[in-house]
Amino acid sequence: MTTLTDRVPHAAAPARRPVLTVTDLTVVYDVDQPVTAVKDASLQLGRGEILGLAGESGCGKTTLAYAINRLHQPPARIASGSVVFHDRDGGDVDLLGLDDEPLRRFRWSQLSMVFQGAMNSLNPVRTIGSQLDDTLRAHARMSRAQRRERSAEVLTRVGVDPGRLRSYPHELSGGMRQRVMIAMAMLLEPQIMIMDEPTTALDVVVQREILREIVRLRDELDFAVVFITHDLPLLLEISDRIAVMLAGEIVELDTAAQLHRSPAHPYTRRLLGSFPSLSGERGAFIREGVDPEEA
Amino acid sequence: MTNIGPDVQVAVEGPGGPVETTAPTDAPEPRPAGTRARPAWRMLLPTMTPWLATGLVLIAGVVLLGVVGPYLVGDPDAISDVGLAPPSAEHWLGTTQTGQDVLAQLAYATRGSLQIGLMVGVLATLLSAFFGIYGAYLGGAADEGFSLLSNVFLVIPGLPLVIVISGFVPRESRGLWTIAVVLALTSWAASARVLRAQTLSVRSRDYVAASRLSGEKPWRVIGVEILPNLLPVLASQFVYAVIAAILGEAGLSFLGLGASNASTLGTMLFYAQNGFALPLGAWWWFVPPGLVIALFGMGLSLVNFSIDEIINPRLKNARTARRRANAARRAARRTEAAR
Amino acid sequence: MTSVHVTNLTKDYGLRSGLRRSTLRAVDRVSFDLVPRRTVALVGESGSGKSTIAKLLTRMEKPTSGTIDVQLDDRTPVMGSVYQRHVQMVFQDPFASLNPFHSVEHHVARPLRIHRRTHDAASTHARVLEMLERVNLHPAEDMAARRPHELSGGQRQRVAIARALAPGAQVLIADEPVSMLDVSIRLGVLNLLGRLQREDNLAVLYITHDLATARHFSDEILVLYRGRVVERGPSDAVILDPHHDYTRLLAMAAPDPDRVGSVGREGDTAVARDGIDNSVCYDHTLGAWVPIDEAEAAARAATAGGARAGV
Repeated sequence: MTTLTDRVPHAAAPARRPVLTVTDLTVVYDVDQPVTAVKDASLQLGRGEILGLAGESGCGKTTLAYAINRLHQPPARIASGSVVFHDRDGGDVDLLGLDDEPLRRFRWSQLSMVFQGAMNSLNPVRTIGSQLDDTLRAHARMSRAQRRERSAEVLTRVGVDPGRLRSYPHELSGGMRQRVMIAMAMLLEPQIMIMDEPTTALDVVVQREILREIVRLRDELDFAVVFITHDLPLLLEISDRIAVMLAGEIVELDTAAQLHRSPAHPYTRRLLGSFPSLSGERGAFIREGVDPEEA
Repeated sequence: MTNIGPDVQVAVEGPGGPVETTAPTDAPEPRPAGTRARPAWRMLLPTMTPWLATGLVLIAGVVLLGVVGPYLVGDPDAISDVGLAPPSAEHWLGTTQTGQDVLAQLAYATRGSLQIGLMVGVLATLLSAFFGIYGAYLGGAADEGFSLLSNVFLVIPGLPLVIVISGFVPRESRGLWTIAVVLALTSWAASARVLRAQTLSVRSRDYVAASRLSGEKPWRVIGVEILPNLLPVLASQFVYAVIAAILGEAGLSFLGLGASNASTLGTMLFYAQNGFALPLGAWWWFVPPGLVIALFGMGLSLVNFSIDEIINPRLKNARTARRRANAARRAARRTEAAR
Repeated sequence: MTSVHVTNLTKDYGLRSGLRRSTLRAVDRVSFDLVPRRTVALVGESGSGKSTIAKLLTRMEKPTSGTIDVQLDDRTPVMGSVYQRHVQMVFQDPFASLNPFHSVEHHVARPLRIHRRTHDAASTHARVLEMLERVNLHPAEDMAARRPHELSGGQRQRVAIARALAPGAQVLIADEPVSMLDVSIRLGVLNLLGRLQREDNLAVLYITHDLATARHFSDEILVLYRGRVVERGPSDAVILDPHHDYTRLLAMAAPDPDRVGSVGREGDTAVARDGIDNSVCYDHTLGAWVPIDEAEAAARAATAGGARAGV
């Protein structure tokens, strides 16, 4: 079998120093007929890099993200492979070998996640401030005043007025709530953030603002982002490198520019062809004449 | 921009030779050979679990006792001179104070209780379905009115009202039907509220809008599009209404306010109480009817839990996940041991 | 063939918070025409009123004011119970728009029976299979027996399209028909709609938030902002040469595969949403700004002009 690196020799390694290395990760769902949801996935995430993970529903992209953080639930099981985190200070951490308590401490402080529809996972009967406070209390030793100050600081960073700390989730718009979730993920200054469809439920204009915010924060704080979505044009605009997943396998991993210019895998080409260009030619859109797929 | 047609099967020349790849198409998922589409009603049946089986066996036992029993036993009212005899070969469950066979009484009483349970169950379900589903479907003033009505019935204290009504109706005309209607009237409101909420949720789904849009008549929208999705809820409420009715009727009869022309498990307990069965230690007189009520109630509850799993698939998923997790743990332990 | 003339369509919703009552104007004086073989796209964000327009057109809601005239070629108005035979809708979520309890056949057969397109069981069944074949559900016999959960999202949406066309509808309202589908099958469904439109001479209203598909799939685009049309015209003109601030904002925000790595880079600056004025509309056909008060007259003039230009 040809490995990923054989097929795409240049792009498997990021240009920067890596912060996370996933090697041959395989995740199996132990159901009556076991399903391999992620098959031999290998990728390296560079420090301060935005890595796009593209794929359609059921391709295993969310399973992969969960498995990296060991958030997968039975019947999902990591069958083989390794996930190594390279700390800023030089030490390497084998995530799959961590015990429960170190893993808990690792999770939000070094690697945080923004889930799909996360904006709806805020507790409706508690203020934004108290929910941010919870996270800080669980992970950091800080005084009450320090915690409040830190909460206000992250909110300001994501472009939300710190006065909103006393607001309840329903008083904020969807875009605002999503920003609060990103603020929550940033609270402990993690080195990696995994974002699973963070903008799917939002309107395009709000989505654009949030994407801009993510890029700006990345430039300021130098964390790495794994950005998961089915929206390939969006990934092309925001990512440094893009991995395309199909049926549990990473079929192509390359820089955004390269992927756009000369996609190697037919599935990537098909995905790209699925998005008509806003300003360019019609592409696979056939309004007149005969559609080959239809005929 | 390079554009690629929608054809998906392409052989790629990789460094290690051609790699055949297939993109997922919108092709139908293959169905395993030999399986046909399951008919819709199959979806409404609960999955067989040990609990469901236990419940069904209990119900079947009690129903058998009530339906077939009366034909096998003697006359329950026949008086003999062996009063308060403990169980024996002749009288399997002993006799009452007046020498009547307890088993014969039990069989007839079970039949009476089942009858009233069924009657009330059907009546209460019909009432709650009408006020809950129809009101919610119509919306507007009708919904407000029906809702108000069910709220009023909900706050009426059930048993006291039943006692008052039963006391008001003269004893001669207090038949099985009277009691059933009284019990049904006081027990439909809670179910109607649940059904209303469910209907409001189903009604707002796109498929209901779509069927209205294609010109379906209101009664067809309710009967064909909405109702099937409420059947599990209705079934669960029916089962609950039956339990409540049997218990309620037993309570009424025990107080001497039950049906005058029928023998039920409640009247049996009433006579046992009046005959000083407890102080005399005649356990065979009051334990069997009590036990039949308890076991039947338990059986119906167990069935209800299984129906709940259909209404709320999350319960079922939790069970399946638990089972799989256990299986995985066992498998892991086996492989450990093999090493 | 059937066409629809929408004039000054307005819809108010009453809001009640405590004792205070207020009204929210969801749709404000919107006018447009749907004619056979042409597609009009309504573009806007959530809350712009585009789904309300769909509800008004399908008579799920009553307009506060304004008219929707549906008429046949000979100008006979379509009214009453036959309305639904002419105007049908494809819903956004294919997982919610099919009843999980019923088979595919039921969904397509009911409209056929209701509108007396077929008269007995055998001909209904044959017609259902024919409809399924038309929307590329093969093998039709097998598909007809399935229930919705045994189908993929794209297949469900095809069933929904077959259902909408079953009464013989000539006007199709497609409310975000592909936004819930996987990206690689979206074009297939849109192309299917395109083919059916050509074959049946359908008038299509395509409601979407996706500018790119709106541009390629439709002939005319109406950009909605807070219930009002702020820009309208031939699709290429609206997208490639936007005049209104809001259209520019939308076009800027839409992901475009031809703008690699543009987020947060030079030129990608936030456009302020405050100060966007929805009381004027740029009409590309007239080549002029039109105040909302004169929108109706202008729309008529533009249609007349467009019709002449089209011939």
